[in-house]
Amino acid sequence: MILINKQTKVLCQGFTGQQGTFHSEQAIEYGTQMVGGVTPGKGGQTHLSLPVFNTVKEALAATEVNASVIYVPAPFCKDSIIEAIDAGIKLIVCITEGVPTQDMLYVKAYLKNFPDTRLIGPNCPGIITPGECKIGIMPGYIHQKGKVGIVSRSGTLTYEAVKQTSDLNLGQTTCIGIGGDPIPGMSFIDVLSLFQKDPETEAIIMVGEIGGTAEEEAAAFIKHHVKKPVISYIAGVTAPAGKRMGHAGAIIAGGKGTAAEKFAALEAAGVHTVRSPADIGMKVKEILSAANYRK
Amino acid sequence: MNLHEYQAKHLLEKYNLPVPLGEVASSPEEAIMIADKLGRHRWVVKAQVHAGGRGKAGGVKLVSSKEELINAVKSLLGTRLVTYQTDAQGQPVNQLLIAQPCDIKRELYLGAVIDRTQQRLVFMASTEGGVEIEKIAKDTPEKIIKIILDPLIGAMPYQARELGFKLNLSLDQIKQFTYIFTQLSKLFIENDLSLLEINPLVITQEDTLLCLDAKITLDDNALFRHPNLRTLRDPTQENERENHAHEWELSYIPLEGNIGCMVNGAGLAMATMDLIKLHGGNPANFLDVGGGATKDRVTEAFKIILSDKNVKGILVNIFGGIVRCDLIAEGIIDAVKDVGIKIPVVVRLEGNNADIGAKKLSASGLNIIAAQSLTDAAKRIVNSIKEVS
Repeated sequence: MILINKQTKVLCQGFTGQQGTFHSEQAIEYGTQMVGGVTPGKGGQTHLSLPVFNTVKEALAATEVNASVIYVPAPFCKDSIIEAIDAGIKLIVCITEGVPTQDMLYVKAYLKNFPDTRLIGPNCPGIITPGECKIGIMPGYIHQKGKVGIVSRSGTLTYEAVKQTSDLNLGQTTCIGIGGDPIPGMSFIDVLSLFQKDPETEAIIMVGEIGGTAEEEAAAFIKHHVKKPVISYIAGVTAPAGKRMGHAGAIIAGGKGTAAEKFAALEAAGVHTVRSPADIGMKVKEILSAANYRK
Repeated sequence: MNLHEYQAKHLLEKYNLPVPLGEVASSPEEAIMIADKLGRHRWVVKAQVHAGGRGKAGGVKLVSSKEELINAVKSLLGTRLVTYQTDAQGQPVNQLLIAQPCDIKRELYLGAVIDRTQQRLVFMASTEGGVEIEKIAKDTPEKIIKIILDPLIGAMPYQARELGFKLNLSLDQIKQFTYIFTQLSKLFIENDLSLLEINPLVITQEDTLLCLDAKITLDDNALFRHPNLRTLRDPTQENERENHAHEWELSYIPLEGNIGCMVNGAGLAMATMDLIKLHGGNPANFLDVGGGATKDRVTEAFKIILSDKNVKGILVNIFGGIVRCDLIAEGIIDAVKDVGIKIPVVVRLEGNNADIGAKKLSASGLNIIAAQSLTDAAKRIVNSIKEVS
């Protein structure tokens, strides 16, 4: 498993809101150690039998916190992420979708000053180590403790991969949705390098989609640094190129970003690809059986 | 959200950037009034559509008399302009920019985007302005000069000078260019742009730099802090069904095929389209119903899918997650009844209470097929369409 486990103590920013409340309840039910939440102006109150704080720093002074999950509305996410960074929280998971791209430019530039701090998201389902800790909006019950690490840009498509590996009794070590935004926190590469180092992870599923060059960069990284088998599916072969304005997008992309490009880059790096999203689980099983046979 | 050229130029003017004089007209009378105001005897008439490549498509005309002006206006207004950046239907021309022409000595390219790889605002410039810029970027990438901006520092004048010298500008031109570059970067950041393009940035015979065309795309996620820019939206340039879907917080994109799709989650929606194709079918649309697949939204989604007359069957693929699938099944049954759907509907439900949901669908007595798996769902909808046709 990577990043989170039974010992992880989680704070929720935007705790008393609708999303924060619902998903904190779900997380507690799953067994996550929620230690409280932050809602400015509601400090001192109790919510879901847990303390509410006015600021993240206040929360850290009162209790041990290893990770924070953010459910505040998009206009306030930049502020909340920076507040968590400044308070010294090392793992920040931002679930909210619709964060302005430029806000993320500033956040990412600021994060460079904090090499030990990791941000997952925004616009993502979050992270889960089955049976130990769930931070985010994924349905806990589809997961099963096991040997596959999953990293994905998409939400429901991640659940698809999770369900398939659970049904085949392969299970998961940790699953991370890095989010579909143009400027995400952790990248495929960041997560892949953690899975490579994790002794429990025997195979890695990487689910990508069209747009950007994150999959191509991941392919280059896998080729040189990932020894474990990687199984990959890219969504969007049939997606239309779409109407567009001007040339700048095309110039910067330089012909990259299509599903065909991404499949080709991954295959050249030795990644096992599947063309059908329904075949992800079976492919992992096949690869792992072959690997065990060779042992 | 895209801006029209004239709207983009208004924004440029707010930043004291040099643009040719001009105003927008939506009738021949208005065009004449503007021409009178601009004076001289030559004008450029430019179709205002959300697409590039207008010049080659006949959307830009140079006229040198009032008669020519009226003819040009009449020939463009009310038509649809098809360029290589639009679909086959093209974009409606409802407004024309009437502007002063200028005598061009050189045409440069200047563009800016947020580069996902660099995670920075990147400016791109080239000595080869005009419509061939993408070909140049592909064949001779060294002719595209890039400058990367640190968001915490912003644009530095030295970066503009660096670009200016590489563009072979004179010292006086570099001064003008530095001003344009720093102002444009300010404009980009302060208004939350996701794309800005000045193509061409021209040097006139008088050695003045002028932003002859301007394209701006705004970050939709940041519109909440730019209420004035939000009002500039032109729904006529967008697909009617896409707009309608947007009002219901559904994300819909029409395609050419005949199998309608309704899916929760963008990634799974794309994957579902891919799966249909893989099994020999053709998706009619992309449709993401989002997290809350409630009865109302499912009903509306069905209506939108069916407004496409090519649709011969519908595949619904919902990964229930936290929402209970039996509730989603009830919503689908009600929606199919309400809308009165006659064509086959294949539903694949996965997640919480999926079995109960599937049983409800099968027992509904409607033309709904409950699929056993993702692959099963794709095969069934593709086959059911083959049987019909």
